[in-house]
Amino acid sequence: MANETPVSIKVNGKEEQRDVEPRLLLAHFLREDLGLTGTHIGCDTTQCGACTVLIDGKSVKACTVFAVQADGSEVTTIEGVGAEGELHPVQEGFWEEHGLQCGYCTPGMIMSGIHLLNENKNPSEQEIREGISGNFCRCTGYQHIVNAIQYAAKKG
Amino acid sequence: MIPQEFQYRRATSIDEAISLLKESGDEGKFLAGGHSLVPLMKLRLSEPGVLIDISRIPQLSGITEKDGTIQIGAGVTHAEVASSDLVRRLCPVVSECAAEIGDPQVRNRGTLGGSLAHADPAADYPAVMVALNAEVHIKGPGGWRAVKSGDFFQDLFTVDLAEDEIIAAVQFRPARNAAYAKLHQRASHYALVGVAAVLEMEGRTCRSASIGITGATGHAQHLANVESALSGKELTPETIAAAARIAADDLEEVNVDLHASEEYRRDMVRVFTKRAVEQAASR
Repeated sequence: MANETPVSIKVNGKEEQRDVEPRLLLAHFLREDLGLTGTHIGCDTTQCGACTVLIDGKSVKACTVFAVQADGSEVTTIEGVGAEGELHPVQEGFWEEHGLQCGYCTPGMIMSGIHLLNENKNPSEQEIREGISGNFCRCTGYQHIVNAIQYAAKKG
Repeated sequence: MIPQEFQYRRATSIDEAISLLKESGDEGKFLAGGHSLVPLMKLRLSEPGVLIDISRIPQLSGITEKDGTIQIGAGVTHAEVASSDLVRRLCPVVSECAAEIGDPQVRNRGTLGGSLAHADPAADYPAVMVALNAEVHIKGPGGWRAVKSGDFFQDLFTVDLAEDEIIAAVQFRPARNAAYAKLHQRASHYALVGVAAVLEMEGRTCRSASIGITGATGHAQHLANVESALSGKELTPETIAAAARIAADDLEEVNVDLHASEEYRRDMVRVFTKRAVEQAASR
C-alpha cells in the first residue's frame, strides 16, 4: 500500500519492524500483525480497558493509540508477563484469589495491576480500586480482583 | 472501529509543527496524546487527512517555575502533572485536578494542551485554568501570543486558537487557597459539574475570589456573581452558603443529557461551588 509508514516497536523484548498504515491501531497491530491475541478489544471506545498494555512502562488503552505513535517504544502485553510455570506475582494473585470469572477483562486488569504496583508498591484498597478504575469487569464485582492485586503487593 | 485514512507526519519542533500544518492545507490536525482526537476519528466525527504528531517535541514538555509562576508545557500528560512534586508543593489544586481526569490509562496519554484545545464542555482542566486566570501561550506563523483562560474558551468545543496555531504552554501564578470539586460521571469520569475556587485570603477574609466552572454549560467560564459575593467578605458557613446559593442563577444555557437534567445540574452547581469554596478556604 502506498500510504505505509515503517515502525520499529520492541514488543515483549523482541524488536518488531513492520510497514503499517498510519490508521492501524496498536491493538490491531498486536493482535493481527503479531498474533498476540491476549490483548483483548472490548468496548473499542477508551472505556473498558480490556486492551490495556504498557508503553515504556505506562499503562495505555491500545484501542486509542496508533501503532505509529508507539514507534521506537517498548510495549509489554500479557504475553510478555511471567513465563510458563513461573507466573508474575499479579498473575499468581488472580490465580490464588480467583480474580476472574469469564476472563475477558483479565489481561487488561493484570496490566493495570502491574502498572499500579510499579508506581506504588504498597497500595491501599482504595488506591487499588482507583488503579483499576479504567478497567471494567462485568462478572466479579471487583472484590476478588482487588484481593488478587493485594496478594501480589504482599508478595512484593 | 477504524478511522478514515490519513497521512502521518512527525514534528520535532514547534516551528516544524506549524510549517507541516501549513503544508497540509486544511487537512491537517495535531496529534499529541490522542485521547480526544482518536476516539472522534474512530467514530469518523473527525476525518483529518494529515496527522502531525507533536508528542515528541521537547519544547512542549516540562514543568518549570519561573518568576513566581508555574509553566506547564502543552505536551505534559495528566499523569505527569498529577505526580509533579513542583506542582503539588506550590499549587496542589492543579495536581489534584489532573489526578481526577479520566482513569490511569487516560492520564498516561492525555495532555494539558490537548484538553484545552479540544475544550470538551465537561473537561476538568478548563475550570481550574479559568479560576487560576492562567495564560495560554500560543504560537502561530506570526509569532507568539498569550490569552487568559477566561477568554480562551468561547463556546462548545470552540476556543481562541486559529487553524494555524499551536498551544505551547500554560502559565499561572500558584495559589494555595484553591480547590477543585467535581461530580464524576461514573463511567467516563468526565465532570457532570466541576467547580474550581481560587481565593486570596487574609486571615478569614476573602480579599478576592476567582471561580471557574465546567460541565454545566457549553464551555468553562467564570462565575462572576459568586466571585463578587465572596470578595471582601469574612468567610463563614453563612457567607459561603449565601454565595453558593446564587451560583447557578446567571447560567443561561445549562447542559442536559441522559446523565443529568438541567434542574439537577443547576443544583449540583450550587453544591459543588460550596464544596470548592469551603475546601479552598480551609487550606
